[in-house]
Amino acid sequence: MDSAVLQLQRQLSDYKSSLYNEGFLDDQFTQLQQLQDESNPDFVVEVVSLFFEDSERLLTELTKTLDQQSVDFRKVDAYVHQLKGSSSSIGAQRVQRVCIYFRNYCDEQNVEGCLKCLQQVKNEYTLVKNKLETLFKFEQQLLAAGGSIPMQ
Amino acid sequence: MEACNCIEPQWPADELLMKYQYISDFFIALAYFSIPLELIYFVKKSAVFPYRWVLVQFGAFIVLCGATHLINLWTFNTHSRTVAIVMTTAKVLTAVVSCATALMLVHIIPDLLSVKTRELFLKNKAAELDREMGLIRTQEETGRHVRMLTHEIRSTLDRHTILKTTLVELGRTLALEECALWMPTRTGLELQLSYTLRHQNPVGFTVPIQLPVINQVFSTNRAAKISPNCPVARLRPLAGKYMPGEVVAVRVPLLHLSNFQINDWPELSTKRYALMVLMLPSDSARQWHVHELELVEVVADQVAVALSHAAILEESMRARDLLMEQNVALDLARREAETAIRARNDFLAVMNHEMRTPMHAIIALSSLLQETELTPEQRQMVETILKSSNLLATLINDVLDLSRLEDGSLQLDVRTFNLHAIFREVFNLVKPIASLKQLFISLNLAPDLPEYAVGDEKRLMQIMLNVVGNAVKFSKEGSISITAFVAKPESLRDPRASEIFPVPCDNHFYMRVQVKDFGSGINPQDIPKVFTKFAQSQSQASRNSGGSGLGLAICKRFVNLMEGNIWIESDGLDKGCTAIFTVKLGVTERLNESKLPSVPKVTRNHGQTSFPGLKVLIMDDNGVSRMVNKGLLVHLGCDVTAVSSADECLRVVSQEHKVVFVDVSLPGNGAEDSYRVAVRIHERFTKRHGRPLVVAITGNTDRVSTENCMRVGMDGVVLKPVSVDKMRRVLLELSEHGVYCEAH
Repeated sequence: MDSAVLQLQRQLSDYKSSLYNEGFLDDQFTQLQQLQDESNPDFVVEVVSLFFEDSERLLTELTKTLDQQSVDFRKVDAYVHQLKGSSSSIGAQRVQRVCIYFRNYCDEQNVEGCLKCLQQVKNEYTLVKNKLETLFKFEQQLLAAGGSIPMQ
Repeated sequence: MEACNCIEPQWPADELLMKYQYISDFFIALAYFSIPLELIYFVKKSAVFPYRWVLVQFGAFIVLCGATHLINLWTFNTHSRTVAIVMTTAKVLTAVVSCATALMLVHIIPDLLSVKTRELFLKNKAAELDREMGLIRTQEETGRHVRMLTHEIRSTLDRHTILKTTLVELGRTLALEECALWMPTRTGLELQLSYTLRHQNPVGFTVPIQLPVINQVFSTNRAAKISPNCPVARLRPLAGKYMPGEVVAVRVPLLHLSNFQINDWPELSTKRYALMVLMLPSDSARQWHVHELELVEVVADQVAVALSHAAILEESMRARDLLMEQNVALDLARREAETAIRARNDFLAVMNHEMRTPMHAIIALSSLLQETELTPEQRQMVETILKSSNLLATLINDVLDLSRLEDGSLQLDVRTFNLHAIFREVFNLVKPIASLKQLFISLNLAPDLPEYAVGDEKRLMQIMLNVVGNAVKFSKEGSISITAFVAKPESLRDPRASEIFPVPCDNHFYMRVQVKDFGSGINPQDIPKVFTKFAQSQSQASRNSGGSGLGLAICKRFVNLMEGNIWIESDGLDKGCTAIFTVKLGVTERLNESKLPSVPKVTRNHGQTSFPGLKVLIMDDNGVSRMVNKGLLVHLGCDVTAVSSADECLRVVSQEHKVVFVDVSLPGNGAEDSYRVAVRIHERFTKRHGRPLVVAITGNTDRVSTENCMRVGMDGVVLKPVSVDKMRRVLLELSEHGVYCEAH
């Protein structure tokens, strides 16, 4: 095979491994990748894009709700639950973890805690978004160079 | 004057004599004539006399005799020839009749005499019958009295009433002056006056029970006459001069429940008797008659029976009351126990999630913290925090595991796994620590040990790690050897334990693992304690080694769940010890590719054709996870419809859908919607074959939510995260068995 392709492949798998090692992604993401095949070539990208949309919406709503004078914790809890669900579905482990703590603060009705968690979630989300986008860019590069995406 | 040779009547000399003869003859004739008349009259009057014709004969005889005497009257003077003839005829007739009568009488008089004897006999008989009649009458009267008395006595079940009634009725029937009942005291050494007829308040005299007169009465079941002067009969102060009436005493057996044996009526051995004393009125000449005595005896018996009935009833009422009290107490205790159990379950449910979450938070954040820039001091602090929290997390898991184990709610997660790999992994995990302590570890797997087996991989590893870990922990030097082999039936039996006797069968085998170390050993007396919760031996080594003391207890329970046995043999302190356990594992017949849990290695055509065209409906309100799960099912070849709400689900679902997946990990009331879907589907599609199977997908691992799912009729529960393999397994099980249950 082409050395460039090889190099790109290696780069890709290194990057992917690092994502797993750093806890950004977990096994669920692997599962997603398994679902991608000829009949469904863009499955992962589609799901992840949906995740991004969904999360951004949820984060906006969360910010709005926590900004109120009297915070409706039930609503907050519902949003966080959704976010947790989505992130666990695609394997965004760190986001999911923060959501768990977030829910605890919600149960305690601790506004400060919630705000702190919200900030954290946003950070994690941004991080994982960047990482995933980078990952997809690598994949596209590899495909463009004529290689095929290796399964881990 | 002509010469006549007639005798000249000597009138003048014998005139008086002649006169008297004349008169006598006259009266004789009269009598003779009147007697037959009287006879005839009386015969006519009495109809019974059997010998009439005898009387007639007599009459004739007498008449003729009279006639003769009458005619004699004319013969005193000169009489004509006619008179002589008449006289002669009469005399002849008289002679005939009288002879005949005489002859007849010879026959008749014996008969007449026998009539007399018969009459005497009959009279005697009549007298006898009269006597017997009198006897029967008295007996019948006695019987009547007894019946009435018995009726009175038996008409109540109250002991006091019985006794009182007895006395009253007896007093009335027999017209007694006084009637008294003496009952034995608790000690049995005295008789106490309990009831009297006339004295309203018996003052509680007591009399020792060993008096000869009392013994005499007690020794027989008949009524006995006793002297009015003996202590039991002296109830009234002796006042003045009166003749006390006769006194009779009879024993009354007091029967207890325990006296009623199955076969015989109670023996007379250890019996308690009461004494009934009856006194006839004083100054009357009355005597005790036999039938009265009999009456008294019968009554005494009846009283005994009635009293025992009353006693039995009292006992059973008491027992019933006791039972009711106990029942109430038990009920209360049960409710309290239930409350306690509920509280504990609630507690566990909360602990399950609530304890783990912060724990994980601490661990995660500490490890994150470790990655940041820290001063050495800070790093050490963080490391300590991490170590402590790891320990705590393990402890929490252990405790929760143990309580679930004790609960019986733990189920083994049975699947095919690589047996050899487990050993290798344990070996690899322990080797670094062992080499640090300069211990030499060896692993020896028997050649006949199968490579793959069916069982709970995770827990088996836990057991192994615990046992091997202990060996490492308690050894300061030497070597540790781990051997595993297939066990023969004889070697399975722990010589000391008798709990489990394993029987090998076709598709199972027993694996025996021995871990031998040469470390600090265990005192043989402490060995049994080793498996008990929280107990630790006090030796130096263990005090430094930490650990909660739960490890072996949990191991034992896991091993028992796997139908095996675990025990420790040690020769003593510092002589090392050997931990041995056996577990039952299943045999895999062939290496079924799809059953192996794949280390996520994906081959393209994996299961794409497993479920072609299986129509499936999935309900999930989270867009991302909906999409992911849909993709998963599509990947497995199903024809998937995805909906986002319960209403939409119910709208869309039809009989063509074979499975409906419902996400129940919704907070608060969201789960209710999902349950509602299950209930409605059950209602709508009643036929078993036509109904779509409803499976819940949930993130909750606790038993309560699984129970809820089962309660609303879900056919299966799947735990998140759902991998492709898991989904494939789910669909496989659903299509084969119609249910899917994930072991927790």
